[in-house]
Amino acid sequence: MVLFDNVSMTYPGGDVRAIDDMSFAIDDGEFVFLVGPSGSGKTSIIKLITGEVRADEGELNVNGFDLRRIRRGRLPALRRTIGVIFQDFRLIDDMTVYDNVAFAMHVVGATNREIRRRVPYVLDLVGLSGREKRFPREVSGGEQQRVAVARAIVNSPQLLIADEPTGNLDPARSLELMLLMDRINDNEMGTTVLVVTHEKELVNSFSKRVVAIEDGRVISDGMDGYYSYEIQ
Amino acid sequence: MRSSKIGYLIKEGFRSIATHGFMSFASVTIIVACLVIMGSFTLIAVNIGSMLDGLEAENQVVAYVEETFTEEEARALQPEIEYISNVRLCRFVPRQQAMEEFATQFEDQTLFQDVDASILRDRYIIYLNDISLMEQTQADLYNIIGIANVQAHLGVAQGFVAVRNVVSAVSLILVVVLVVVSVFIMSNTVKLATLSRREEIAIMKMVGASNWFIRFPFVVEGLVLGLLGAIIAFLLEWGVYDIVADRIMSGLIGRLVTVIPFAHLSPIVLPVYLGVGLAVGVFGSTIAIRNYLQV
Repeated sequence: MVLFDNVSMTYPGGDVRAIDDMSFAIDDGEFVFLVGPSGSGKTSIIKLITGEVRADEGELNVNGFDLRRIRRGRLPALRRTIGVIFQDFRLIDDMTVYDNVAFAMHVVGATNREIRRRVPYVLDLVGLSGREKRFPREVSGGEQQRVAVARAIVNSPQLLIADEPTGNLDPARSLELMLLMDRINDNEMGTTVLVVTHEKELVNSFSKRVVAIEDGRVISDGMDGYYSYEIQ
Repeated sequence: MRSSKIGYLIKEGFRSIATHGFMSFASVTIIVACLVIMGSFTLIAVNIGSMLDGLEAENQVVAYVEETFTEEEARALQPEIEYISNVRLCRFVPRQQAMEEFATQFEDQTLFQDVDASILRDRYIIYLNDISLMEQTQADLYNIIGIANVQAHLGVAQGFVAVRNVVSAVSLILVVVLVVVSVFIMSNTVKLATLSRREEIAIMKMVGASNWFIRFPFVVEGLVLGLLGAIIAFLLEWGVYDIVADRIMSGLIGRLVTVIPFAHLSPIVLPVYLGVGLAVGVFGSTIAIRNYLQV
């Protein structure tokens, strides 16, 4: 559950509100596309949700954590309920595919037995069986992104955020990835999914909720699954 | 925390050393260089100090007893002399013995056969704790009734004190400058090393790693590199020291000075090196990543 209630945020030293009186809610199990032009506040929303920056005004609640009042020491607990996927994958180059995923489980204190059982299952889920011992540089871009997906979902997060996940992928791999995310949301795990993107065709090929933002404000929130907003 | 988790984090520390081979090599090299340079200057200062100690210990004061005093009366002054706090040791030399010792300085002993020892005075050979207080001690000796004259080489004592002060000041300044330079170089090396790890730390934070979880492998890495640097520096210092000591002792200067054997110094040098190596390694790595943990 993500709740933005009249949230405003200005970066330290900045004089323009990155997020301006924004309100929207994402229920558990929803699949939402967040769209908007560059500088509209998409990345700021992700940073607010993950506790990287703090809101100046309003109420912000993510997976039961009150982010206006959360202590710094509780941020790791918040982040363990969220999986994040980035455009540039952000894998650790000197760890194998298996270790990149297992590492996320070590962080949450999983036992070695749990890790040995869970990681192969998740790698299989994202179609990476047989790639366990390869390093990120030894697999394709699409596969690297799937490693990132595996790492993001291995701890069964309540919320999965994908920040321009298809930015470095060709159309076919992009569609594959979105289908995988849809599967994670729909069938396999029922995880809430928030995809930040500006790929109109991709968004419109799925019948999902689309939240469009500009200048830090929500300008449309449609359940019809159509990316009607024109990016400038 | 489970032991398996600690095992994982220790393994991560070692993995990090191996995968960041060049930075690990650079860190160890800098720790070695700093320790060897600082250690060498300190050991030189210690040796000069030891030589000065030896020379100072041999620097004696002679207190002559009144001619009118019998030997028994002269001997009775010893407790009063020993009562002076700066007196480390005092030895009574009667006239007869003084004459014999005087005569031994000459090849022809017969020259003094007919000389009566009564021309000399009974005396005390006095060794001091602190030669910088020689003038005060001389005054204290003059205050003892029965002491007629005190022969003290104040100029020599002042020379020793001046040399020691200069050596202490120079070595202190050098060590301070070298420590500052070392810390600067070390912190820059660690910063450089952690700059390349910024992304890795950000990923760890993103998946919910606690600061402790992130810091632990860095601490392990710093600890191992610090220890390694300290041990290499110690062995290098040992080798260089022995070579230089051999050269000095086998040369002409070896007749004048004595170099302290490294075996006598190593019980101090090794723990100091290990302590400094560990401190630099562990604090350097934890301080350097501190900024990246604030996200």
